[in-house]
Amino acid sequence: MRISVTVNGQVHTRDVEPRLLLVHFLRDELRLTGTHWGCDTSNCGTCVAWLDEVPVKTCTVLAVMADGHRVRTVEGLADEVGLDPVQEGFTACHGLQCGFCTPGMMMTARWLLDNNPDPSEEDIREAISGQLCRCTGYENIVRSVRWAAEREAGHAERAEELAREVQA
Amino acid sequence: MQVPAQFEYAKATSVEHALRLLGKYGPESRIVAGGHSLIPMMKLRLAQPLALIDVNDLGELARISVEEHRLCVGAVVRHAELLASALVGEHFPILHDAERVIADPIVRNRGTVGGSLCQADPSEDLSACFAAVRAEAVIQGPRGQRVVPIREFFTGPYQTAVADDEMLVQVRVPIRSSASAYEKVERRAGDWAVAAAGAALRLDGDIVREAGVGLTALGAAGFHAPEAEEFLTGGPASDERFDRAGQIAAEHCAPVADQRGPVAYKRHLAAILTARALRRARKRWHGQRNGGN
Repeated sequence: MRISVTVNGQVHTRDVEPRLLLVHFLRDELRLTGTHWGCDTSNCGTCVAWLDEVPVKTCTVLAVMADGHRVRTVEGLADEVGLDPVQEGFTACHGLQCGFCTPGMMMTARWLLDNNPDPSEEDIREAISGQLCRCTGYENIVRSVRWAAEREAGHAERAEELAREVQA
Repeated sequence: MQVPAQFEYAKATSVEHALRLLGKYGPESRIVAGGHSLIPMMKLRLAQPLALIDVNDLGELARISVEEHRLCVGAVVRHAELLASALVGEHFPILHDAERVIADPIVRNRGTVGGSLCQADPSEDLSACFAAVRAEAVIQGPRGQRVVPIREFFTGPYQTAVADDEMLVQVRVPIRSSASAYEKVERRAGDWAVAAAGAALRLDGDIVREAGVGLTALGAAGFHAPEAEEFLTGGPASDERFDRAGQIAAEHCAPVADQRGPVAYKRHLAAILTARALRRARKRWHGQRNGGN
């Protein structure tokens, strides 16, 4: 079946089997391997990418369902100017160790901040509650998202404080 | 790597088109929307439909509205949209209580209300909520629409009143009172319920005029507890009576032991959670929302 999907602003047309999952379409057909493939059961959330305006678990979406729709992956976070503040936050606050969950975490974080620019710790933990990290204990992921919120609000000093907490 | 068996796929452009496709592909075809129940089952080869009919793009089924004193929820409304709807929260806070603890926010972005009901999983939360508030299912087929009380919609585990050539298009709930609540115990965030209970109340002074009690993951036929409802109706809305109603619900349900707990524990939860949901619904009836949102 021939499908056309707009991924990170660019239209891709491919012939695919209806049973091809979106995560494999992104990784194997388009070679966008930033979206990770984890539990395959919609539990772990490492495969999270946006379908139209919202993050979804792409291991549980068929590629054909995205025909005529827009997809945004972790490769679409940075622009020509530089990294997204969420990516900078994960860097500044050591929001990853092995990095496996990171693309999914960042796509959810971007969505959260777009809808709630000043999220509480509880808001952040709720937003990522469908995603697993086995390294950080979530502490630094929460900090990283807060860092991005502070940076986007123009509070450079508070962002620096968060980064210093990690080093302490 | 989990890969579904091969199937044909068609995207419906209207309800009528979806019904025509159902007729074309026959009883081995399935309607798919969010796919968060069906696709995992297909990946495990527990389900092998020959064709999928995708209704995700049917905007006509994605609306929430109030019409003729009924809350109308389209079958393709996402869980996240139900949770975000102020209209839903105003009239049926039980649905917001439940949605906060259904799966996780990312799954709720994709899974649909209609899909959850049609899956008819004994542990699914909205089924008991809609049973508690006496919702109706609007089912459409080649011969037109019919309305089935939600309590008669579920004909068994994973079975519904929807025939092979029909599809669920809407759930609607008569607006009678805003006093409802849902209480769930789960092992961890996003898990299925160990057990859960929903309650809906209409009071006249201190007297219960109408009561609805829904039960999740407790083996209750039609996801509700008629004996407890009957006991409550006509009596005072007291803590004592609520506790007794919980015990009656626990006695009459039929939980099974599994990895989420033994039967005795689940019955214990049935009693406690029913009483808790009734108290919270009563509090909402009296407009005292502090302490129990």
